Amino acid sequence: MTQSEFLNTVMPFKDKVYRLAKRLLISNEEAEDATQEVLLKLWSNKKKMQSYKNVEAFSMTMTKNLCFDKLKSKQAQNLKIVHSNYEDHKTSIQKQVEAVDSLDWVGKIIETLPEQQRLVIQLRDIEQYDLEEIAKMLDMKNTAVRVALSRARKTIREQLTNTHNYGIK
Amino acid sequence: MVLNNIEHLLEKYENGDTTLQEEAQLRAYFEQEDIAPHLEVYKPLFAYFKASQDDTYTKDIPLKTKKTNMYSWLTVAAVAVLMLGFYFKSSQNVTTIDNDLGTIQDPQLAYNEVVKSLELISKSLNKGAATVGYLESYNTGMATVGYINELEQSTNIIFKNKN
Repeated sequence: MTQSEFLNTVMPFKDKVYRLAKRLLISNEEAEDATQEVLLKLWSNKKKMQSYKNVEAFSMTMTKNLCFDKLKSKQAQNLKIVHSNYEDHKTSIQKQVEAVDSLDWVGKIIETLPEQQRLVIQLRDIEQYDLEEIAKMLDMKNTAVRVALSRARKTIREQLTNTHNYGIK
Repeated sequence: MVLNNIEHLLEKYENGDTTLQEEAQLRAYFEQEDIAPHLEVYKPLFAYFKASQDDTYTKDIPLKTKKTNMYSWLTVAAVAVLMLGFYFKSSQNVTTIDNDLGTIQDPQLAYNEVVKSLELISKSLNKGAATVGYLESYNTGMATVGYINELEQSTNIIFKNKN
């Protein structure tokens, strides 16, 4: 497998890998590192790649595991990943409209969800995978995926209604 | 009618029972401007999902090719060749020193060889002796200085006579 062939197979889903990593690790940099690691692992095992049935699903599983490993190792070192992306607020203050603000809120609500539910929401509502595909990627049962999805969606909706009605932040 | 349908879909959505097509329907609905006021809550949710899809990975992927690998082996090979070269070179030297140069069997030939080498030695010796020849001129110098002695003798005689 040449480099261009590899890139052709990897390009379509590299953004998905990145977004999944970001959903779990939150920080941009950590997510970029994780994505790079996943892609390099794929590259170093490129001979085996042809034998995988679904490279995309395989890499998503790999990403999930890698991110869990990262989170765990950081906790083991008694170091918490700083869950923040630093932005220059000066320029954005004027531009901030309510719509953007509430988008941020959805993101923050999703951050508070348990990891499993975050994964499911990311894979289903953002990447729009089949329930079966998700079950395979996460090594879960179909029904478990559905339950996690339903719980996550309900939590998000409840929290959104709260902030919407009372402006609680 | 549409609103009813959407509400129904939303309920299914929250139970995780919607298909991808139905979810696409929901997304399309919430992208519109006019949304029923009591469903306004969902708008940011679907907008967020849409916005999140645009997040892309922009960093390069540093793929290492086999080229570097080949170069590293080349250096190994070069070092090996060098080492072999040194080894053979040094072993050759050792053999020439250890081995004797052989003996000449024919006595006449041996005699000639010896004469030749002795001549060589004497020639270089003579060269050394030629430089020593300067010492002779030193002797002549000394001989001229001998006249001073004679002068002294004569002055001595003169002084003796005076006394």
